[in-house]
Amino acid sequence: MLAFPQFSLRAIAVWRRNFLVWRKLALPSVLGNLADPMIYLFGLGYGLGGLLPAVGGVTYIQFLAAGTVCSSTMNAASFEALYSGFSRMHVQKTWDAILNAPVSLDDVVTGEWLWAAAKATLSGAAILVVISALGFVASPLALLALPVIFLTGLAFAGLGLIVTALATSYDFFMYYFTLLITPMVLLSGVFFPIEQLPPAVQAIAGALPLAHAVRLVRPLLMGQLPADMALHLLVLVATAMFSFWLALILTRRRLLS
Amino acid sequence: MASEVLRVTALRKSYAGREVVAGVGFTLEAGECYGLLGPNGAGKTTILRTCLGLTFASAGSVTLLGLPVPAQARAARMRVGVVPQFDNLDPDFTVAENLLVFGRYFGLADRTTQSRIPDLLDFAGLTGKESAKLSTLSGGMKRRLTLARALVNDPDLLLLDEPTTGLDPQARHLIWERLKRLLAAGKTILLTTHFMDEAERLCHRLAILDAGRIIAEGSPRALIAAEIEPQVVEVYGEDAPRWAQSEGKAQARRLELSGETAFCYLQDDAVAALLSHLDRQPQLRRLHRPANLEDVFLKLTGRELRD
Repeated sequence: MLAFPQFSLRAIAVWRRNFLVWRKLALPSVLGNLADPMIYLFGLGYGLGGLLPAVGGVTYIQFLAAGTVCSSTMNAASFEALYSGFSRMHVQKTWDAILNAPVSLDDVVTGEWLWAAAKATLSGAAILVVISALGFVASPLALLALPVIFLTGLAFAGLGLIVTALATSYDFFMYYFTLLITPMVLLSGVFFPIEQLPPAVQAIAGALPLAHAVRLVRPLLMGQLPADMALHLLVLVATAMFSFWLALILTRRRLLS
Repeated sequence: MASEVLRVTALRKSYAGREVVAGVGFTLEAGECYGLLGPNGAGKTTILRTCLGLTFASAGSVTLLGLPVPAQARAARMRVGVVPQFDNLDPDFTVAENLLVFGRYFGLADRTTQSRIPDLLDFAGLTGKESAKLSTLSGGMKRRLTLARALVNDPDLLLLDEPTTGLDPQARHLIWERLKRLLAAGKTILLTTHFMDEAERLCHRLAILDAGRIIAEGSPRALIAAEIEPQVVEVYGEDAPRWAQSEGKAQARRLELSGETAFCYLQDDAVAALLSHLDRQPQLRRLHRPANLEDVFLKLTGRELRD
């Protein structure tokens, strides 16, 4: 059960299965993923932003745009790994069907992980495109945000798959969103600088993967190289790898016992 | 490899301290249809899952198509097709996409699968349904598509877990006819069922399982000959229980009472005497028939409910 993951190229077949389903509904899916964060971005960015002086050296909407890229990536990865993953694993029994073929459970979980991260990347990138077109991005350095977005997707896809492996029904996911995701958005510097928080709370924020993603993406969109880049990357990579590994162990325990 | 397709030896499996498979062993020869029969909870599905390497035995060994399972289960599954007990077709895809995507799980190029799809749909009686959505298919059509999906890799061995449960008689007969065609084409089949007529029609050999053990094994005819009297007279009616307790016991070599039906099991030479006795009991109705696999099954596993 604790064995090292056995990767194989069959994971790609699992990824392609999900891609084919997505392709059928690609346009509504992209627009749906874009609409919600954009409403918040414009609503808060212009509404609230009108009352505020520059935040972190830029206009509030510019400040918020970078945070929105990260939080949307997180949301897209989480929804895919939780609701869609659980549907395929538990409700539709798609994974059971796949496991009867020469595909291992490790391949299935790997395929799902990479898929959720890819879909999240698309979500984050779509917002990046829109905010670039609106002039909220300072330089081509923003392109370096793309690998960070993918890494953020991997981290939250892995965390989501852990929850899916433990879930008994869709209701279970509400706890994850209310107890983890929502506080994480508020503490990670998406809406306001982390420095506004009391020092003790700032320390907690230092442990949140979303905070590290924001610390990387925001400077890149402003045309600067992030400070402590290696540390932030390391946290995201470690979260991605460890959460994936734990999700794999829990899923093996659930389905192969 | 010789003609042995599957060998299961001394298999044991426990869940939460309860042993659901308690020392099961059997082998499948190439080209035969082997049945695992048993009441609900007898361990049939667990045995199939263990053969595929999808659950791990507490003891015993499985060799599937010459490869040790679970060590090389994935490689072995390259040449196996599975029809699971519960429908798990992909509801997001059309009929043809279901087959195409499943082919990819075997590493088949789309071209290869696409060239097989017309024959697979013809076999499943689904020609012209390539672009049909899953939600438009009947239960029988879905089962046939599941069978076609299990053939996408042209397997040597098919594992069928209760392939006709929930189907109407027309759909069942069609599935049986298709399975016979597959046997004629040289495929090997391992089947679980609790339909005795299905087992009697399809299986060359079968094992009757109860509480995780094989309690009888052989061809359907041999089991009937070895395990049970050849003739059965069923006696019905309100008066049947009283009759069974008084005269019935003297008339039949073995008698079982189930509700208002007395099942009398007899040797050939005792039938005439019982029938003429019953001629004089106008309050009782009767049915005389040869013994079948269901009689064997009920004798060996008992008549109590298993749920």
